[in-house]
Amino acid sequence: MGRYLIPLGIFIVLVGFLAVGLNLNPREVPSPLIGKPAPAFSLPVLEESGKSIARDELRGKVWLLNVWASWCVSCRAEHPVLVELANRKAVPIYGLNYKEVRGDGSLDARQMAPADELALARSRASQWLNERGNPYVASLLDLDGRVGIDYGVYGVPETFLIDKNGVIRYKHIGPVTPDAVRNVILPKVKELNAAS
Amino acid sequence: MIPELGSFSLALALALALVQGILPIAGAARNDARLMGVARPAAHGQFVFVMIAFACQIYGFVANDFSILNVATNSNSALPLQYRVAASWGSHEGSLLLWALMLNGWTVAVTVFSRHLPEEVAARVVGVMGLIGVGFLAFMLITSNPFDRLLPAVADGRDLNPLLQDPGMVFHPPMLYMGYVGFSVAFAFSIAALLGGQLDAAWARWSRPWTTVAWVSLTLGICLGSYWAYYELGWGGWWFWDPVENASFMPWLIGTALMHSLAVTEKRGTFKSWTVLLAIFAFSFSLLGTFLVRSGVLTSVHAFATDPRRGVFILGLLVLVIGGSLLLFAWRAPKVGLGGSFGLVSRESALLTNNALLSVAAASVMLGTLYPLFLDALNLGKISVGPPYFDAVFVPLMTPVVFLMAIAPFSRWKGDSLPALARRLRWAFGVALVSALLLPLTTGKWTPMVALGLFLALWVFVTSAQHLFQRLRGKADEGTVLSRLRAIPGGWWGMWLAHVGIGVTVIGITLVKGYEQNLDVKMATGDTAHLAGYTFEFKGVTERKGPNFVAASALIDVTRDGKPVATMKPEKRMYTVQQMPMTEGAIDPGFTRDLYVSMGEPLPGTEAWIVRIFYKPFVGWIWWGAIFMGVGGLIAAADRRYRRLAERAAARRPAVDAAAVPAVAR
Repeated sequence: MGRYLIPLGIFIVLVGFLAVGLNLNPREVPSPLIGKPAPAFSLPVLEESGKSIARDELRGKVWLLNVWASWCVSCRAEHPVLVELANRKAVPIYGLNYKEVRGDGSLDARQMAPADELALARSRASQWLNERGNPYVASLLDLDGRVGIDYGVYGVPETFLIDKNGVIRYKHIGPVTPDAVRNVILPKVKELNAAS
Repeated sequence: MIPELGSFSLALALALALVQGILPIAGAARNDARLMGVARPAAHGQFVFVMIAFACQIYGFVANDFSILNVATNSNSALPLQYRVAASWGSHEGSLLLWALMLNGWTVAVTVFSRHLPEEVAARVVGVMGLIGVGFLAFMLITSNPFDRLLPAVADGRDLNPLLQDPGMVFHPPMLYMGYVGFSVAFAFSIAALLGGQLDAAWARWSRPWTTVAWVSLTLGICLGSYWAYYELGWGGWWFWDPVENASFMPWLIGTALMHSLAVTEKRGTFKSWTVLLAIFAFSFSLLGTFLVRSGVLTSVHAFATDPRRGVFILGLLVLVIGGSLLLFAWRAPKVGLGGSFGLVSRESALLTNNALLSVAAASVMLGTLYPLFLDALNLGKISVGPPYFDAVFVPLMTPVVFLMAIAPFSRWKGDSLPALARRLRWAFGVALVSALLLPLTTGKWTPMVALGLFLALWVFVTSAQHLFQRLRGKADEGTVLSRLRAIPGGWWGMWLAHVGIGVTVIGITLVKGYEQNLDVKMATGDTAHLAGYTFEFKGVTERKGPNFVAASALIDVTRDGKPVATMKPEKRMYTVQQMPMTEGAIDPGFTRDLYVSMGEPLPGTEAWIVRIFYKPFVGWIWWGAIFMGVGGLIAAADRRYRRLAERAAARRPAVDAAAVPAVAR
């Protein structure tokens, strides 16, 4: 009878894994960056052509970096929450517009001229914000996604909370929910603002 | 009122399923004809009530009743009628109801075509299917009732995901589910046989047509899904090794092994416990697929909205169904005994090897699909497994499968000699090998993968032709060629056609992977682009308004050497309710190639668009091969001998008991 029990044994092991798997979130990837300085960047600003913002300009305040793109479906769900958060004026939100053109699987931007890509990204991103409201102090255009890679962006949207010394304190994966704003983000902002 | 009627019908169906699952099996154990007699009426009653529930759901969608949560989240009053009907199985809840309806459809079919079966076998089979029905109906009523109300009702629904607004959605899920659920019949026959302790040739013969029909549905369902992805997603891919695709492919691989194993069990009486195990696995993989898609343990483009409560329920169901049947297997299978012996070189050996390879292939697909979950559960990090793994594992496993597949029909049962077999097939081997090595040279690009793919396909074609020729020559004195062709039984034709179909699919995959070309260009009115000898002229873009979308529709004239080939109209659509853009590619299908054009984005400030152009040689053969397999399966399932045996058994039944049911192996 022994060998006839083998399939059952394999199945029991599999069930163990599946049961553990139920309590895991496959979309949640731990970030090794928490507690480390936010990677440097200097990127063009969406709202003002010709202007760019670098990381070090944001030192001295607590701020949120929200990774978004117009092609990202979950960003649509998250957007009203961000607009509402921005209206409270509790914390400045900067947008990292991630691979606006290249992230859209339906076309291959590597074969476009860089100027064309920038123009296309600007037009798509601003149209999206015009329709839905703009919660961002500024959105930074990360066309080739290099800054996103430095920040370990795994999927859009993601949101980073960065303190006065430029250290990443928290990372939220997936759409920001009203619950996460109330119970996690706002308390942490308060705590970081109180710290010198 | 109508939705409540639906809920109530589901509850009644659950009650009947309980009756159908318990009484007939108890009756079979105690040899009580009255209890066994409950099986058929209970199954028919359950079918009627699930049908009523299904009709109520369709009515909710057709009548735009946005006070039903399921309708409000998946439909819209502007959605065309056929998609409102299809939207009813677009959601988790609705697709479960479709699952239940399919299960009932199969059960009713079993009650109708099982009149020749011994009463207790039929009672057990119908009873097992009743128990499966209990699981699914309870799942629906407890965690996912499709008739849950949304009060107060909303003015209009959130619309069906635009990706799903396609004729593919109307046909693909029902076909696929019919395949998934169809394996429940072979499963029920196996459990019945284990319960009754009778695993013989008769059991294999009863299971065979059911397994084949389920396999055909699954084959065609996967084929439809693949073709749908090809023309709908706008970038010309046809298989992505996505967890949900894998969930349908694993039962297909096991089902393929099961069909062949059943053939051996019927004709030679061997492989019995192996066949039973495959039947359990085929259905288990169908259930596992259901779990993976709905529990949220894996990320996938197909995944339904997830809910941990549902995950726990399905996992419990998996444990009961699969764990229970494997336990039964461990308890009863050792008594089954081995069948006739066979030599190392024999048809049994070839079939057993292919069975093992197909099972290993299914296991490696499962490993690739679940590997991210395993690592995560063991805290070893997060990874994802993509096409490179599957391609690397799959080609080496399928190469010997296809090679042996062509040899098996030539080899003899029980024992054959390798030199004799080699002598019979040496010409076919030579022709296939030389052509496969030389043919790619004519295209100017020789790669080992193309040569390997062509060799396998040609090997299948040449040996199939030889097999047909031998079959006809062997009976040269029995009338004209036409009458001899007609005398070949359906089972043989089905096998032949399905094997040729594999060759056809291999050709498609090989050539499209080897020689595909594509081009991304910026095009304004009057611009031309050139690819693979074709000239594409962009004639301009017009606006078009659909029922629930607006579209920019382009007109592209394709010519070759100045002669017109096709006029293609790719579209970029914006679905107004969900604010979702969709790319509708245009395809000019052909026997030896498809041309595929899709629209990227308009370039701001200009009239120009980014346009993607693909040249895909022989891509259509991928799906034609699957259609060959499907038709082959149908012909085999319709083989006269199943009916003849059924009639014979029916005529004899009143006089004899179950033990005397004919167990002849042909």
